[in-house]
Amino acid sequence: MSAPLAERRTPSGLVAGTIAFSSVDGPGNRFVVFLQGCNFDCVACHNPHTIPGRAAIDGDHQGPQRLRVPDLLHQIGRAAPFIRGITVSGGEATLQAGFVEALFRAVKEDPALAALTCFIDSNGAADPMTWDRLAPLTDGVMVDLKSFDPEIHHRLTGQGNADVLASIRHLHHLRRLHEVRLLLLAGWNDDPALIRRTGEWLATVDPTMRVKVIGFRLHGARPHDPPLVEPTAGRLQEAAAILRATAPFDIAVI
Amino acid sequence: MQELVERARTVVQDGALGYDQKVRRLAALATEAIPYPTLSEDCRQALDARVICDLYEGHAPYTARYILPDYDLALRQGLRFLELDPPQDLDDALAFLQIMYAHVPSVTTYPVYLGDLDKLLERFVPADMTDEQLDRTLRRFWIGIDRMVPDAFAHLDVGPHDGRVVRSIFRVERSLRQAVPNITLKVDPAVTPDDLIEDGVRTVFETGKPHFVNHPMMVADHGERYAAVSCYNSLKIGGGAHTLVRLNLKEAALRHHGTSEEFMAAALPHWVELTAELTEARIRSLVEEQRFFETHWLANEGLIDLHRFSAMFGIFGLAECVNRLMALDGKDHGGAGRYGHDLDADVLAMRVVERVAELVAARPMPYCEGGQGRCYLHSQGGIDLDDHVTAGTRIPVGDEPDLLQHITTCAPHHEHFAAGISDIFHVDETAVRNPGAMVDIIKGALDQGMRDFTFNLADNEFVRITGYLVRKRDLAQIAGQHAVRHTSDQLAAGSENAYHLTERTVQRVGCHERTPR
Repeated sequence: MSAPLAERRTPSGLVAGTIAFSSVDGPGNRFVVFLQGCNFDCVACHNPHTIPGRAAIDGDHQGPQRLRVPDLLHQIGRAAPFIRGITVSGGEATLQAGFVEALFRAVKEDPALAALTCFIDSNGAADPMTWDRLAPLTDGVMVDLKSFDPEIHHRLTGQGNADVLASIRHLHHLRRLHEVRLLLLAGWNDDPALIRRTGEWLATVDPTMRVKVIGFRLHGARPHDPPLVEPTAGRLQEAAAILRATAPFDIAVI
Repeated sequence: MQELVERARTVVQDGALGYDQKVRRLAALATEAIPYPTLSEDCRQALDARVICDLYEGHAPYTARYILPDYDLALRQGLRFLELDPPQDLDDALAFLQIMYAHVPSVTTYPVYLGDLDKLLERFVPADMTDEQLDRTLRRFWIGIDRMVPDAFAHLDVGPHDGRVVRSIFRVERSLRQAVPNITLKVDPAVTPDDLIEDGVRTVFETGKPHFVNHPMMVADHGERYAAVSCYNSLKIGGGAHTLVRLNLKEAALRHHGTSEEFMAAALPHWVELTAELTEARIRSLVEEQRFFETHWLANEGLIDLHRFSAMFGIFGLAECVNRLMALDGKDHGGAGRYGHDLDADVLAMRVVERVAELVAARPMPYCEGGQGRCYLHSQGGIDLDDHVTAGTRIPVGDEPDLLQHITTCAPHHEHFAAGISDIFHVDETAVRNPGAMVDIIKGALDQGMRDFTFNLADNEFVRITGYLVRKRDLAQIAGQHAVRHTSDQLAAGSENAYHLTERTVQRVGCHERTPR
């Protein structure tokens, strides 16, 4: 049996959690929806409970909830005077593209919320058709590039990076690429030669794009053998300098 | 008399007080030898039991508590008393102000208002002066303020318009990182550019200043000529407040044994009237006995005007009051039904505030034309002697809900407190990399009717004790019995000992003001 008609009109999403105010998920202050489920299995994931079969590390997360668009609109409405927009993150938001599309459409059509921008924080594994479908309702996408090297990318995430690179190029083409994020793990993906190759490739997409160099932090990540290591501040600055020497990127180091 | 002698001896032998600080405390002690203004027996008892509180201003007030001289008028007409001509250039203007500051009275002996400095100075900045030259000039002036007016209640205002001086002030603030002066940025969404608010936010990250106030709301209450002074006290320029008397709502509720309805109907009117009686007695003492406005040169030269004064009616301990009333009504649900966490409790809190506002608005007060013959309501931040009672209308430290809930709980109270309200919000350090996020929150808060918005960053070297700031290292010096430069640091040390405020890193801290010790 198909779902009742009313439910199909207002699709529901499997939501891992929401945050009313976030200053780390795009421009300005933002309401963030974390969607449950991911097609990557990243060793460095800070929200492992959103990966099927993985448990939370800090243990205080309730299980995922099935929420409908109006439920979220109500929550967003409370925060609306204080935020610049909303961001859907995860997990991998594009796995529930239909729900994301319905949520963004509802925000844009609600007179009280229409000024809010709608962003997606993605692992980049979606196909071009998904981006084409979301682009008209999406103001910007932040894409993680776990590694430019396909082999290292596979070890870090369990998947190859061809889709991620294609997404970065395609989103730039659609004028929806807000920034590329490079999460660096000491000894895994912070080799200077690899950073240089990454920069050279990014420059072929857009030599002035926003690039965020983010140091891996142990908090929230699951144990690993051998233990994962946070990169030093110096190492992050070194990576930024290499990128800067490659192209006039707009670089932030976190 | 013997007690007075002992207290004087304690002051002169206190190794943590500097010479000037001892002189001021001895002067405060001396007025206690004068009989207190005549009070009714009920009022006397309420004062002794500290249900109502005069903030230990002494028995015979001989200066208004908060004075906001019209510095703009002073700069245009010069000062007869101090024999100063109107300044002709920036250096003259800064020297003029520095001299004037030394002669503006207050209960702390230091001026609580230093002027709307950008408006005062903009016309003196020559077009060919570079930003570097302007910064160098203001930097010298800034160091002078901190060393010569060593009190974090000394407060200046900037905004709502953008300009070279306000930008320079923020740059100088970030480079010097001083506790003094305290600063407020007036924000009017129609004229204040986001970029200037963001500059203010960046300055908070470095120095814990400025505060942000809702300019249109203030103008509606006080007219264009207003300023925020001391700690969250919004008053008329060319006027001020004779005194600040406050009602401890926690103590009032503890003495009540009926329902919340009975508290509103009988208890609150009783305590509000006693607070008003004390206020009136102190105003009459200042105006009629000590004849402050007939004798002081600021009044003689038209730089303050009795008609622009009122008094401040402060309340504090709302949280404990509401929680007790919820228990008396049988609605506290084992502690869950409390202020900041329960809709019924929040509604009750609003009703208490509205009832106090209604009673204060119905009580005529002499010499208070600045407030249309009534006191201004003020959500009072607390002093260093307060123990286990929450400042003003705040949610208790450590019990705050998330930031959104916190703001939406507090915002509806703000319209009632024309003389200021001191909620402080704390944010984590992720905001530092995205100051635009704080701009969004500040603009949203003002849009939702907040009058004053202050935020603290976790792990800042500066600790906001009320509206004023101290440096952690200065607190450590007091603990080690070394004298420190700022008189406000002594007050902060009292609170720190009582509350261990600095141990709560990502928490708001209490607000407090001058005390007798």
